[in-house]
This record gives sequence, C-alpha cells and structure tokens, in this order.
Amino acid sequence: MFPDDLTFSIADWVNRGVDALVTRYGDLFRQVSESLLWVIVRLENGLRLVPWWLLLIIVGGIALHATRRVLSALLIVGLLFLVGAVGLWDKLLQTLALMLVATLIAVLIGIPLGILAARSNRLRAVLMPLLDIMQTLPSFVYLIPVLMLFGLGKVPAIFATVIYAAPPLIRLTDLGIRQVDREVMEAVNAFGASRWQQLFGVQLPLALPSIMAGVNQTTMMALSMVVIASMIGARGLGEDVLVGIQTLNIGLGLEAGLAIVILAVVIDRITQAYGRPRHEVRP
Amino acid sequence: MIEVRNVSKVFGAKPERALAMRREGASKDEVLAATGCVIGVDDLSLTVSQGEIFVVMGLSGSGKSTLVRHFNRLIDPTSGQVLVAGEDILGYGRRALREFRRHSVSMVFQSFGLLPHRTVLENVAYGLTVRGESRQQCAERAAHWVKVVGLQGYEKSWPHQLSGGMRQRVGLARALAADTPVILMDEAFSALDPLIRADMQDQLLALQQNLRKTIVFITHDLDEAIRLGNRIAILRDGRLIQVGTPGDILHHPADDYVDRFVRRRVATY
Repeated sequence: MFPDDLTFSIADWVNRGVDALVTRYGDLFRQVSESLLWVIVRLENGLRLVPWWLLLIIVGGIALHATRRVLSALLIVGLLFLVGAVGLWDKLLQTLALMLVATLIAVLIGIPLGILAARSNRLRAVLMPLLDIMQTLPSFVYLIPVLMLFGLGKVPAIFATVIYAAPPLIRLTDLGIRQVDREVMEAVNAFGASRWQQLFGVQLPLALPSIMAGVNQTTMMALSMVVIASMIGARGLGEDVLVGIQTLNIGLGLEAGLAIVILAVVIDRITQAYGRPRHEVRP
Repeated sequence: MIEVRNVSKVFGAKPERALAMRREGASKDEVLAATGCVIGVDDLSLTVSQGEIFVVMGLSGSGKSTLVRHFNRLIDPTSGQVLVAGEDILGYGRRALREFRRHSVSMVFQSFGLLPHRTVLENVAYGLTVRGESRQQCAERAAHWVKVVGLQGYEKSWPHQLSGGMRQRVGLARALAADTPVILMDEAFSALDPLIRADMQDQLLALQQNLRKTIVFITHDLDEAIRLGNRIAILRDGRLIQVGTPGDILHHPADDYVDRFVRRRVATY
C-alpha cells in the first residue's frame, strides 16, 4: 500500500480553478462559442445549398487536379455517391463542415507555431512535451471543462478536435523547416534575403511536402474524433454510429462507420496528392 | 579591398576563456581539453587587394571556410576586425548587413546551395530578386549570365536535372549576376570531376580577364591554387603560415608544412 500521508490530490485545486474560470469569463466564452457556431452553421447551410451532383462534380474536379488520375477521381466520386445513396448525405455534409472548420483552426494555429518552433530551440523544448500531453491525454478529460465553458454541441467538439489534431501539424511543420538543406539556407542568407524572404521564398516551399503530410494527419485525426464529438451533441455521421451502438442496431452503425471511412479516404487521397512535390526536388 | 585584423574565432561555450588561454601560450589542443572550445581562426591578419584572385589554401579543418565566412559575416569573429572597402562590417546592424550582402559580396558554395524548387533562370536571378529589382531586369540579367557560363537552353530546367558541373555553373552565374565587387568561392570546384574542374578554372580565369572582381577562392588543392591565384595564403590550424605569389610559395616555402605541399606536387609530375 502506498502510505496515506504521502498522497495528495490536485483535483480540488483544478475544480476551483475551472469554476472560477466559468463564473468569471463565462460570457466571453459564450460569445466565442456563438460566433464559431455561426461560421459552422453558415458553412453547413452553404454546403446544403449546393446540389448534390454539383458537389460531386466539384469534389471530382479537385480530386482530378490533385491526383491527376481520372480513375482515382472517379473512384472518389463513386464512393461519395454511395454515401448519399444510403441516405447519409446530410450527415456527411454536417461532419464535413465540422471537420473543415476544425482543420482550418488547426492549420491557423499549427503552422505558425511550427514555424516558431523551428526558429527557437527553447520554444521547441517547451512545446514538444505539451504536444505529447495534448495527444495522449484522454479526450474526455478536457472535454468536460470545455463543455462547461462552451456548452453542448459543435463548438466544444471543434475545440476537442483541434486540441487532438493540431500536434502532428505543428511537429511536421517544425520538422519540414528544420530539414531544409543547411547550405541552401546559408546561400540564401549570403545573398541578403530577409527573414520574410527566407520563410516564404525558401523554407515554406521546401517544407511543403512535410506540412501537407501534417495537414493530412490533422484531417485524419479530426475524423477520428467524429464519434466522440457526437457524444457531446455535435450532429453528423458520428451520431448514427452512436445510435447504432446504443440501440444495438449494428447495421446502422456500420453504415455510418463506413461513411466516415469513405470521407477519410477521400480527404486522405486529396491532401496526400497535394503534398507530393510536382517535380522531384531531391538531388 | 578586404582587410582582416587579428581575427580569432572560437567555437564553444566559453570563447573568452579560450582566447585568454591561447594568448598565454596554451596550444590549441590544451585549450580544447580545458574549455571544450575549438579555435577555428587564430589571431589572423591579411589583406586582399582589389581585382585579384586571392586563394586561401589549407587542409580540411585548417579554418579556411570559417575564415572566408567572416568576409560576409555568415560567421562573426570572437575578436578582431574585418574591413571591406574600408568599412568595418562588424559594426553593421541587421539591415545594413543585409544591404551589404545584397550589393557588395556574393558567394559560391561547395555543394552549390541552389534552390531545388526554382528553375535555373530563377536561381541565377536570385540575388537580383532578393534585392527587389524589376522582374524584367532580373530575367534579362539572369538570361545573360546563363549564356555566359554556357548553360543556354537549360533556363527552364530544375537543378536536380543537371550534372554537378552544370549545377556549379548555375552557382557561379548566380554570384556573377548579383554583380558585386567581391565574390567568395568556398571550395567551389572541389566537388567536380578533374576535367570539368579544369574547364571551370579556365572559365573563371577567362571571365576574370574582363570582370576584374575581387575573388577569394578557397581550395585544398595546391595545383588549383597555383593555377588561379594571383596570391596564395596558406592556413594551418587557423593560423596564417605564408602569403605570397605562386612563385614565392613554390620556391620559398615558409616551413615544413608548406614544403610538404610543394614536394607532393613536384612528385606527381
């Protein structure tokens, strides 16, 4: 037995902190929550306005542009058609909107942080363990305080998704920039390029495959949060999986589960294709 | 043109202590053992005159690459002064240093340092692009220098599609296009095959006939030094052993170290 007089607990302390946060800044968080919700709902409605066949054509066009293979594009369109055919089109759009917003926020936070981490070893030393925590902490642990702050629904789902999905992007951005050839950077420096010119002219373009791998990882992890998100009231494909589990309707759960897989495959193929350099850059 | 006064460069955590030890007469190895610091350049002074090809020669680890990086401040010295065209470049702030690099010195690198995501033409234009010259001006100047180094027809190629010799021509054209009075060449031809290397040496000499740039050329090869250099400086362990014309070096080697270089050369003929 571990001796009692050596034990302690941070639970009370944390609870008090969260309570204080909710009472003091609750209104502010509500406002953030509402504006974010507004964006998501707009995006969802916008997606719904697009006729299903037009959306399929658009996705097909993007897929063709990304992969440059007709077969891949047709396969992607066919798979999405299948999701619509089993009656999950609307939920697919809800999930897509949720995922797009979460990915966008993750990119807006992740890429700048990755760039900063590549610049400063000190920041990196602080950031990396933090990212480990973000990735390994069971999501329910931070979902509950987020729920208290933002209420039920899509917004806490997005926050949870960003926390879980941003780390790989930060890591891969940092890695990509650090892997840029030292002599190339030295040459660029010797010709008097400013920091801005170095970053946008050389480091980011050369780190792009790595950054796109990070974006790919982020989208995949965002999708894997879909079911958990539905537990806190975000609608979409995860909802059906959850209902399927709760009512032992295995068929329904499987349908929705497969639809999530299809969405993942589609997004994965497209982002991966954009991550591949257009011409071989390695010497 | 370039003047270096008592420059020392120490790599490591305690440069001041290492320098103090060195002044009191401790050897390089003793300093390393006591402080963990490596002395790269050791109290070195020299002058490079305008319009000459000044060759810095030494074995690897002799501090020649470190020394030449002081001339455009890719490396800052631990102590000493560096003057280019009469100006103390160590006093420059970030902006002044950038302008100095854009207009006064360019550099050619041993493994080329080309931008893999830009075409040959864009690479050659890089120095001009960075200092904000017009698109047309960049394209024209770059096209001119691509032609001069003999890469006509490859303007739209990517660096990875070229051979080593061609890549270094791009590196050379990039430095020439920037049209700076000083060009630093860090083992620029060392990674090339012997024949291509001789070609590049000829080309550099031919270009220099018209251009009269101040060129600081680093090499570990005495043949190359003698072929190219108006004057040669020989470095060992970060110290200057001898400076002189190729004739001086061949006929009056300052010490055993230089003598060994020269003898090896004679023996190969």
